[in-house]
Amino acid sequence: MFIVVAGAGKVGQHLGRALIADHEVLMIELDPARSEFVAEDMGSEIIMQGDACDAATMERAGMERADLVVAATGDDADNLTVCQIAKASFAVPRTVARINNPQNEALFRRLGIDATVSATTLIMSHIEQELPWRGLIPLLTLQTRGLEIVEVRVPSEAAVVGRQVRQLLLPQGSLLCLVIDADGTPRLPAPEITVHPDDILLAVTDIESEEALRTALTSSTP
Amino acid sequence: MYVIIMGCGRLGAQLAQMLETDGHEVAVLDVDKYAFDHLPTEFHGQRILGDGTDQETLRRANAERADAFVAATRGDNRNALAAQVAKHVFQIERVGSVIFDPIREEVYHGLGLRTINPTKIEAQLLRESIERVEEA
Repeated sequence: MFIVVAGAGKVGQHLGRALIADHEVLMIELDPARSEFVAEDMGSEIIMQGDACDAATMERAGMERADLVVAATGDDADNLTVCQIAKASFAVPRTVARINNPQNEALFRRLGIDATVSATTLIMSHIEQELPWRGLIPLLTLQTRGLEIVEVRVPSEAAVVGRQVRQLLLPQGSLLCLVIDADGTPRLPAPEITVHPDDILLAVTDIESEEALRTALTSSTP
Repeated sequence: MYVIIMGCGRLGAQLAQMLETDGHEVAVLDVDKYAFDHLPTEFHGQRILGDGTDQETLRRANAERADAFVAATRGDNRNALAAQVAKHVFQIERVGSVIFDPIREEVYHGLGLRTINPTKIEAQLLRESIERVEEA
């Protein structure tokens, strides 16, 4: 494949390095100093100095024969422009945009960008999965119904510790589905089951009630 | 109408004042607070410090109830992104965008944006003014 990478910052350069083994790669970098640095590091044939958003630069890069364009700059507006012009003027079959502001993800997809990569969203989901103290871990989103399946580990200081399931006050849009005790035994949340520290609770919740559910299950004040 | 203008340079400020004189409600966005100095002191509309390509900022500017949005910064790509956010995320009916690069302008026009290309317009006007002088 012939792949054009717009932006040879840290992300673009490492991407170029990873792709070069199996593909023909050309990076386009606006900053002359950065461009020279990358040329010295990786060879001058892999990089071109210029504005990747500019159609004349794209033409010089041979954009019309590109199989894939990756817009990897740190600026969402620039990345969107690169992808839209590549598609509209050079009929590039596949475009991928790096996204810096997670809110742009849905918009870019709607505007026809084939794939988006948001570092912020990726890092957030890793943090959510890795760090149990955050309280509530989203496991699965049931997007069409606006529901989420979440996991909560009950902290030892939580007000719910020692209570029975029937006594729990949960937000309206939330339903407790499973209680897993410290030994790993899963139980249905029958009304008489008592909540212990380090129990794992699985619940279904609408997305608006997520925060209220987290508070109800982890807060130390009843 | 309620109109949001992104970019308070000379162009944005001039447009804001014109629209307010016409009786419209106007809010102006810019990332640089000193840019609001371009507005005349009698301008009553909102001055909002923030990035118009950011959906949170637009929400702060009540984009949900805006009738029109104009992207008038110096950056073509920012204007194109903001215009598309206004149109597709906030469903604003009238969205205008300044695009200086004639080629980019054609692309975005083809994608359904209402674009204005100052470069072409100014070149045209300059040509006319020169040719008129020669005739005189």
